[in-house]
Order: sequence, then structure tokens, then C-alpha cells
Amino acid sequence: MTSTISLDNVSMVFGSGIDAVKALESIDLDVQPGEFVSLIGPSGCGKSTMLRVIGDLISPSAGTPQVNGKSPHQARLDRDYGMVFQSATLLDWRTVLENVALPLEIMGIDRPERDAVGRKMLELVQLDGFASHYPWQLSGGMQQRVSIARALSFQPSILLMDEPFGALDEMTRERMQMELLRIWEETETTVLFVTHSIAEAVFLSTRVIVMSPRPGRIVDRIDVDLPQPRGFDTREHQRFFELITRVREALRAIEDEPA
Amino acid sequence: MKNVRSYGPAIVIFVGGLAIWELVVRLFNIQGFILPAPTAILSAFAAEAPTLWRAGLATFVSAVSGLAVGATGGVLAGMAASRFTLIREGAMPLAIAANSTPIIVLAPVANAWFGLTSPIGTVVVVAVLVFFPVMINLVRGLLSAEAQELELMASYAATRGTVLRKLRLPGALPYFFSAMKIASALALIGAIIKEYFGGPQERLGQYITLKAGLFQFEEAWAAILLASAFGIGMYGLILFVERKAMPWHVSVRS
Repeated sequence: MTSTISLDNVSMVFGSGIDAVKALESIDLDVQPGEFVSLIGPSGCGKSTMLRVIGDLISPSAGTPQVNGKSPHQARLDRDYGMVFQSATLLDWRTVLENVALPLEIMGIDRPERDAVGRKMLELVQLDGFASHYPWQLSGGMQQRVSIARALSFQPSILLMDEPFGALDEMTRERMQMELLRIWEETETTVLFVTHSIAEAVFLSTRVIVMSPRPGRIVDRIDVDLPQPRGFDTREHQRFFELITRVREALRAIEDEPA
Repeated sequence: MKNVRSYGPAIVIFVGGLAIWELVVRLFNIQGFILPAPTAILSAFAAEAPTLWRAGLATFVSAVSGLAVGATGGVLAGMAASRFTLIREGAMPLAIAANSTPIIVLAPVANAWFGLTSPIGTVVVVAVLVFFPVMINLVRGLLSAEAQELELMASYAATRGTVLRKLRLPGALPYFFSAMKIASALALIGAIIKEYFGGPQERLGQYITLKAGLFQFEEAWAAILLASAFGIGMYGLILFVERKAMPWHVSVRS
């Protein structure tokens, strides 16, 4: 079986000479179809850079990234990715439905079909009834749900999420996490998820990748063996706390390292 | 009700201002060549209405033609400058410099280029006048797309043309309309000033200089009144189109 994502000795250097910053150093990673993998680490550890290398928004300085057995560039042209950023990045001049259907419109799918798919996606994120609203009429959490619906509208095999819930309040955030898990189960999408939150990473993921900064390296890979599907009880599970401690210790080990 | 309340203060100040004007002229017996009374201007307007209307319409047509030509040119140039870095780096400093010069001083020169009686001169002066603000604003607008929006389009493997149509152009609309508001005022000013220096007969600019020269200031003021009405009308029209074109924008949505 081909890995959905595989990074082989990938490095990324920004700038050159004395100003050069090693954002990623010798990254090896394999993500299997249907996995939910979180990247966690302090600022500057290269987790967002890694996401962008995989998504072909930047090219690595060295090493071989592969996505569905192809180059990230080919995977992007084949529309293998749905991307979700920290800010919803909805287009102001489009209604919610038109925003969700934007990728389909770009792919040349005709209006009746893309409206139908768009409405189904809005149902998936429980925003049916808001189709003809404009983005500014929605709360931050609702906007982010629209952006998730948009990323899923063309059924990409991979969802790349860069701190998608970072700007939301705690209550909204927990609701969104539940929704994302439900969507992940329903769509069988492979998710790569960048976060700052230890609890979020453990709660959502099947695997947590811990990274350290300067240079960005993978320092730990922690399998999350919590039972599926996850729910309210998960957060009270003994194993949940053990895993959180495990991730926290991996992160603390980085701080103790001599810089 | 809401309209009355929101326009009320403006109407009161306008009517009050006119009343004070009338009163001051009568009370201090101010001569007509310095400042005619509003009632005198109105009766001159009524008496001269057919002539004024013909002149006003001709001037308005010149201004609008020049605006259309110049704005179209500005949009095309703006699109080229936003697309090609070389054009942008070469042309933008010059465009910004040109935009800071009083281009209207070209008015007398235009007669030499296009002949004293040709209506083309006015159109060209207006077109040159509005070209730069439209171009500069459009470049800003087209380049205002955020990095993340561009990344999003890239993740859909959108072509450059698609990014232009779906992201850059809609995003540039607010910039375009603020440029058009400046440009519409410039167009009318440009057309009238150009006509001060000659050109075809029966134009507002010609009419104003002629009447002022004859010390018939009531008529001159009547022409100024008509020019103001055209200016306000043009601005209102652009405002209307703006509301229709981008109901989603902060400045428009209710």
C-alpha cells in the first residue's frame, strides 16, 4: 500500500549564508491512508513549513516528499489537498454557498451540480440554512466551518490544516473538534493537523509528531491508542491524561536541551 | 422616515445657507458682479435654460467620454502593471509622479494639438486627467489579495486567469470605485477648465468665461449651478453602481 504522505530526508533552508535558517532538517515521515496525524511543537519548529512543503506551497531545499505516490506538485495539480488555515480566508463577495463551491467552480463543474454538492457540504458542517449569508454575517466558528466545508467540497484525499481552531474560544473549539472527528470518520480523509495545543493533538489524532525548533526536527512520535470514536468520555479517560503527559514531557525535553 | 431624519440636517443647512446668502446680498446691497443673490441666479437660470441646457449637455458628454476613455485606459494599464513586475517597477513611479502634477495645465496646449474647434481636445484632456488615479488605484487593488488567499487558489491549482477573475478583480472593486469617485469630479473640472481656453462654442466653460467677460454674473453663476448639478448627478450615479456592484463591502452593507 502506498503511503498517503511520505517525506524522505526532507530539509528546508530559508535564506543563505550567515542568515540562513534551517526550518526543517532531515525529516522522515510516513502517513498511511485514513490516519489523523498532528504536528506539535514550539513556534519556529517548522511544523507549518512541513505542511506547506507537503502542500506544494513551497519547495524543499533537499529530500523527497511524496504524496499519493506522486510529487507534491503533481498532487496539487490533481487536487489531492484541501487546505484549512487559521483564518477562514473566505471571499467577502461570495455567499457562504458560493465560497464552499469555489473549488468546484474552478474545476469547471456546472452550477446545479456544484450547488448541490455545496449544500451537502454545508449540511455536513451543520450550516444548512446559511447558504445565502455572507461571511461577515457569521461568527468566527461558523466561518471556520465554512472553510472546512470548502476544503472538503471536492473530496480531496488529504486535509492539510494549519492551526484551524487557533483563533477560536475554548467552547467553540471543543465543538469544532468533535465535528472534525465526525467528518473525518464520515469522509475517510487523511488529516495532517498543525496545532499548539497538546490536549487538542491527543484528543484528535491517531498519531502525534513532536517537533523541536532550530533546526526543525522530529523528536518524538507518539501513537494515540485511545478508543474510537472519540467523544466526551475521551477527555476523562485515564489514558488521555497519560498521553497528554507523554506529549508534554517530550516537549519539555526540548526546552531542557542546550540551545 | 429614516431618510428624512438622515438628510434633515443637510437640508436645513442648505436652505438656511441660501437664506443667509440672499439676506446678506440684500442687506449690504452687494453688487451683482461680486455675488448675485440666489433668487437672481435662479431667474437667470430660468431665462437662459435652453442655452444652458445645450451647453451643459455638450460639456457633460465630453466629460463622460473622457472619463470612459481614461478609466478604460487606466484599468487596462493597471492590469498590465499588476501582472508584469517590469511594467510596474517602470511605470508606477512615473504614474504616481504624473498624478501629483496639475495635468489640467495641459488645457491650453491641447488646442494646439487638436485644433481650436475640435471637441477631441476636451475628451483627451479629461482622459489624461482621470487615467492616473484609476491606474494607480487599480494596481493597489489588484495587488491587495492576501498571501493566504493566493495560497488557497494555488491549492485548487487555479490558473493565473482564474485567480484574476475570481480573486484579484473582485478584490479590486472597492479601489476601482473610490478611484471613479475622484475621477468623476476630475472629469467635470477638466472639461470645464479646458473649455475656458476655447474649443467648440456652446459649452459650459465657454459660456461662463463669456458671461463673466460681459459682467453678466447672474448667468455665469447659473452655469456654475448647472455644472454643480451635473457633478452631483455623476457622483450619485457612481455611488448607485457601486452599491449594486458590491453589496458585500463594508462601506455598503447595512
